[in-house]
Amino acid sequence: MAKAENSKFENRATEAAGHETWPLWEVFIRSARGLSHVHAGSLHAPDATMAVRNARDLYTRRMEGVSVWVVPSAEVTASDPDAKGAYFESAQGKEYRHASYYTKSEGVKHL
Amino acid sequence: MTVSEPRTPHAVSAVTDAGEGTDEERALFESVIADDKRIEPRDWMPSAYRRTLVRQMSQHAHSEIIGMQPEANWITRAPSLKRKAILMAKVQDEAGHGLYLYSATETLGTGRDVLNDQLIQGKARYSSIFNYPAPTWADMGAIGWLVDGAAIVNQVPLCRASFGPYARAMVRICKEESFHQRQGFEILLELMQGTQAQQEMAQDAVNRWFAPSLMMFGPPDAESTNSAQSMAWNIKRFSNDELRQRFVDMLVPQAEVLGITFPDPELAWNEERGHYDFGELDWDEFAEVLAGRGPCNAQRLQRRRDAHNDGAWVREAAAAYARKTAGRAVEGAAA
Ligand SMILES: [Fe+2]
Ligand SMILES: [Fe+2]
Repeated sequence: MAKAENSKFENRATEAAGHETWPLWEVFIRSARGLSHVHAGSLHAPDATMAVRNARDLYTRRMEGVSVWVVPSAEVTASDPDAKGAYFESAQGKEYRHASYYTKSEGVKHL
Repeated sequence: MTVSEPRTPHAVSAVTDAGEGTDEERALFESVIADDKRIEPRDWMPSAYRRTLVRQMSQHAHSEIIGMQPEANWITRAPSLKRKAILMAKVQDEAGHGLYLYSATETLGTGRDVLNDQLIQGKARYSSIFNYPAPTWADMGAIGWLVDGAAIVNQVPLCRASFGPYARAMVRICKEESFHQRQGFEILLELMQGTQAQQEMAQDAVNRWFAPSLMMFGPPDAESTNSAQSMAWNIKRFSNDELRQRFVDMLVPQAEVLGITFPDPELAWNEERGHYDFGELDWDEFAEVLAGRGPCNAQRLQRRRDAHNDGAWVREAAAAYARKTAGRAVEGAAA
């Protein structure tokens, strides 16, 4: 594509895009009563009402959900992935937190 | 753990290129791949891995979006209310597939607006199959059966791709695709049970879509440049030729049920290989269409651009409304 043509075209595209990007929302779906909401994906929407509506159309076209939550992606605070080991290994060496640690009662019923 | 992380629009999900990585980070990446586990967006990953995924996933998303056009053209002309409803549901699914994939691509740090601009400015690729015309109702059958059929063969192994968000999007997509393939098959079956003119229309559509659908798996293995690295990264699981063979082996018995033939004189069962042999494909045509010189490239891109521009006022109005109501909420709280 020639340079002049290209730049003219880019102008038009930016104009149409309106210099504005809708915020990103994380979508959580409860698939049936009695189950937790589970992360389904994300989408862009101008506000919370539209985000819920878009989430319904995008993630529940086949009755995959009975309830939808949307959360602004920017409002989610996550643990630091680099700190994986140090942050999550505190359970290591604490086998006594699990029932399987207690073997002496083997054979005793209802225990 | 750091006290607080930057709350960018992608704070939960996306981290952009994190450079060379430490020895530890590289080792973790290698071990996740070696154990056939999943890489998640905030993990360190080689920049070439990220680039490969952004390219492949966004091309895939663009294909779903452009892929709506040949079928959307037929919604108003579908022969019955039932077929209209089915076609609308299918086209809506394809829009959904595009959006699942864009949202998965965004977790790699490339925004939707950037991806959309690449598409409408003609800088991005999408599957060359959608640059062929769909002139008859039977094309709706051939597209569902052959094009969605080939897409399924391609996509099922991607449900195990090493990048978590991509694999999860593919699981969702694959669940929806089998309806697409079946409704196409059924259209052809009904036409093949109809008048002679209807049978000829079905055969003609299959004649036109057969070779292009086989080319959807990409160039022959010997010429496929990115394949080896993608296989090593567990993004790709089978080679182009393996998948193409699988597709042909699947199609032949289905064509027998339809009573339809394929326009390939070399198509024959090979006892020794345990597979169907088929003729050489026209890779020059493939290259031409991919380079933008196919029958409908310009039309498809223009339609996409027009839709984007025609929708601008809706996006702007929704954003203005959101700003206004957010402003009111703040005023209300202050009062
Ligand atoms: Fe699709
Ligand atoms: Fe499909």
